[in-house]
Amino acid sequence: MLQVEDLNTFYGKAQILFDMRLAVKRGEIVVLLGRNGAGKTTTFKSIMGIVRPQSGKIMFKGRPIQTLPPYKTCALGLGYVPEDRRIFSGLSILENLEVGKQPPRAGLEPWTPARLFELFPNLGERPHQRGGTLSGGEQQMLTIARTLMGNPEMIILDEPSEGLAPVIVAQLARTILRLKQEGVSILLAEQNLNFANYVGDRVYIVYHGSICYESAIAELSAEAYEKYCALQIGGG
Amino acid sequence: MDRTLGFYIVQFLTGLADASALFLVACGLSLIFGVSRIVNLAHGSFYMVGAYVAYYLIGFFSEGGCAFWAGIVLAAVVVGLIGVGIEVLLLRRLYGAPELFMLFATFGVVLIMQDLSRWLFGAEDLLGPRAPGLAGSVNIRGTLLPQYDLALILIAPLILGVLWLLLNRTRWGILVRAATEDREMSDALGVNQTRLFTSVFFLGSFLAGLGGAIQLPKGGANLLMDLNTIAEAFVVVVVGGMGSIPGAYLAAVIIGELGSFGVLVFPESTLVLMFLVMAVVLVIRPHGLLGQAGAGAHVAFRAAEAVLQPASKKLKLLGLACLVLILVMPVLVGTFQLVLLTEIALFALASMSLYFMMGPGGMVSFGHAAFFGGGAYAAALLVHYLQTPMELAVLLAPLLVGLLALIIGWFCVRLSGVYMAMLTLAFAQICWSIVFQWGEVTGGDDGLLSIWPSQWASDKIVFYYLTMILSIGGILVLRYFIFTPFGYTMRACRDSALRVDSIGINLARHQCLAFAVAGVFAGLAGGLYVFSKGSVFPDEMAIPRSFDFLFMVLLGGVETLFGPIAGAAAFTWLHDQISRTDFWQLILGCIFVLLVVAFPQGIVGSINVRWGRFFANQNH
Ligand SMILES: Nc1ncnc2c1ncn2[C@@H]1O[C@H](COP(=O)(O)OP(=O)(O)OP(=O)(O)O)[C@@H](O)[C@H]1O
Ligand SMILES: [Mg+2]
Repeated sequence: MLQVEDLNTFYGKAQILFDMRLAVKRGEIVVLLGRNGAGKTTTFKSIMGIVRPQSGKIMFKGRPIQTLPPYKTCALGLGYVPEDRRIFSGLSILENLEVGKQPPRAGLEPWTPARLFELFPNLGERPHQRGGTLSGGEQQMLTIARTLMGNPEMIILDEPSEGLAPVIVAQLARTILRLKQEGVSILLAEQNLNFANYVGDRVYIVYHGSICYESAIAELSAEAYEKYCALQIGGG
Repeated sequence: MDRTLGFYIVQFLTGLADASALFLVACGLSLIFGVSRIVNLAHGSFYMVGAYVAYYLIGFFSEGGCAFWAGIVLAAVVVGLIGVGIEVLLLRRLYGAPELFMLFATFGVVLIMQDLSRWLFGAEDLLGPRAPGLAGSVNIRGTLLPQYDLALILIAPLILGVLWLLLNRTRWGILVRAATEDREMSDALGVNQTRLFTSVFFLGSFLAGLGGAIQLPKGGANLLMDLNTIAEAFVVVVVGGMGSIPGAYLAAVIIGELGSFGVLVFPESTLVLMFLVMAVVLVIRPHGLLGQAGAGAHVAFRAAEAVLQPASKKLKLLGLACLVLILVMPVLVGTFQLVLLTEIALFALASMSLYFMMGPGGMVSFGHAAFFGGGAYAAALLVHYLQTPMELAVLLAPLLVGLLALIIGWFCVRLSGVYMAMLTLAFAQICWSIVFQWGEVTGGDDGLLSIWPSQWASDKIVFYYLTMILSIGGILVLRYFIFTPFGYTMRACRDSALRVDSIGINLARHQCLAFAVAGVFAGLAGGLYVFSKGSVFPDEMAIPRSFDFLFMVLLGGVETLFGPIAGAAAFTWLHDQISRTDFWQLILGCIFVLLVVAFPQGIVGSINVRWGRFFANQNH
């Protein structure tokens, strides 16, 4: 579905990604683990074309997308849910969904606000409420729903569980598994290991801008996790 | 005139009618800014062109009710297409460049359109055709109101309604609102931003053209419309609140009414009243009547700026060499060049004072001519009416301008970024209009003549040395300020306003002071300038002059001492070369546009990259 090879991305003169590579197969849920500042968000932004990588190759459904602007990447069926949610705060829930709307895609049942409200009942209760006045959890639901309106074949979720209450996280996990059932491939960044274990199939660990570990989620070695992800005090 | 109730009603309705065109321009400006973050200075020019094109289209179609309205709508479409052309050919290349450069490009467009209009439509003011069927008047309790005014009064709310529906009830409108909030996100959600920008640019330009066209029967068409309109539109946007279309209507009505009733109170310059209202609104609601905090305010100007460092040894040597050259110049060149050099020195001082606000202060002013021209007029008026000797006039002018700058600054520092820049432009235009309209005192368009230096300084060489001493002294003082605690605080204010505020530094007071300091030195330059020329005209206060200074600063670059000087020299030389040709504004405009397109990351940045290391401190 998605292959990333030898990606190098810079912010100004600072190199953030070093030969980043990863792959997501159709129907799979892949988790990216890594400390704060490891480069997860930068990887996602490079894939989407929000930040332009200096070199490297990104293939989506067999097509090179590394030079495409974000809206074209999106049109190919790759949806993006940013870590800071980025709800349009002046727009109502329905209007937020409208922005994400894309034509239906062959082989997928198109998402409509009604279908999404089934998935996220909280949103359906007040469809005209302004995005800016929603709670954090509701905003997270809305940002996922908004991306789904584009009928993506694959979505990239950047730390979806961040800052949510445990009940909401559980609900989110069920939603993600439900999406997997619908045939949507998922690439997600996480800090929450339990969450990753629950939903993920495979895992990559990002460390200083490149992949340093890869395995099936069930085989994730505690040692590698300790070494690359856990907070180290004083060490560095 | 007999002032009955009917008279006041008619006056009120006239104000409402005046508001219509202004509303159309302002909401177009606001829409474009919202989505593309471009403050389109050419918006006033679109308005002007709309009026001219409508004039010719209506004349071209034969008589008849249909022809009139068809001409107006068609003119608006033409202007909309011109706007699209400019967006596609020019602005699209510049998205991502520093905002100031985009602005500069749009100002280049203003100059180009000004000269093209003069060439195409002639310099004569045109009287608009009457609207068929609406040529008569209605009698309101004994006072007559043109029927066409009633049509104008209805048009604005109609457009307001249509726009509201468009923005709230169509997918296009939702996408526009989404892009206004977060361009990047809506891009990632699959919305083609480029196409959206172009469509918004069309609508915005269309509205400006429509504004110009519908006011044709009332105000006609003339070449002053562009800058007058953009200044008024800025006031409307600032008063109404950036991004708020109902706010724009409300503000346009207020400004229209002020114009209408203001004539009764202060016929010389109705803009003075505008100033007062703006002042009151800004004090009470800094984000405008219906604006929301934050919209547009945080769009600060990213000036490509290196960390300022005290001069290195090499730089000091170069400075010394220049000084020697300046000293021996009168022996080397003739009087004509000497006069030119005098002018360069004064412009250098003025642009250095602008740099002082912009670079370390982080406050971009589109109205620096108000200070420069203010100094010139202050000195000229002192000489003209009080026979003040030159020495005293040159001393008093900066102080008076410093005071003016303090007042203007007091309002401007309440805003930041683009907002503040718009406000400085509006203030400058107000100052200009006072000078321009108040003919009995300022001589109006004819200016003030015979302002010569004192006997001892009347020799060109003596005056040259005097100017050099004062301007170089001024420049060094300004430079010195930058490296004092005051200068460091200014830079801290620029870099992190919030933090500075939280550690107990009074941000507004510092910024206000920076305004005053800049004003004093620009005033000094202006005061001297009037004696070097022997006369002063309103042009010295006009907006193009402000942009000349901006251009000098941008051309010169960020290096504190030599930047504005080099910029002033380059500009004055350039200006001298092209001002003899007929369409020099056109040429200058093209140069602006080309420079910006050629160096989208800033002329300054490019030069700095190449030469910066050479002049840097060796131990760095
Ligand atoms: N716009 C930017 N300009 C410069 N540096 C940036 C920018 N955005 C991110 N960085 C830097 O790039 C590095 C990687 O950041 P990134 O956001 O990709 O990390 P992350 O893995 O997503 O971290 P987190 O778990 O905290 O979200 C960090 O060191 C960060 O400081
Ligand atoms: Mg991140």
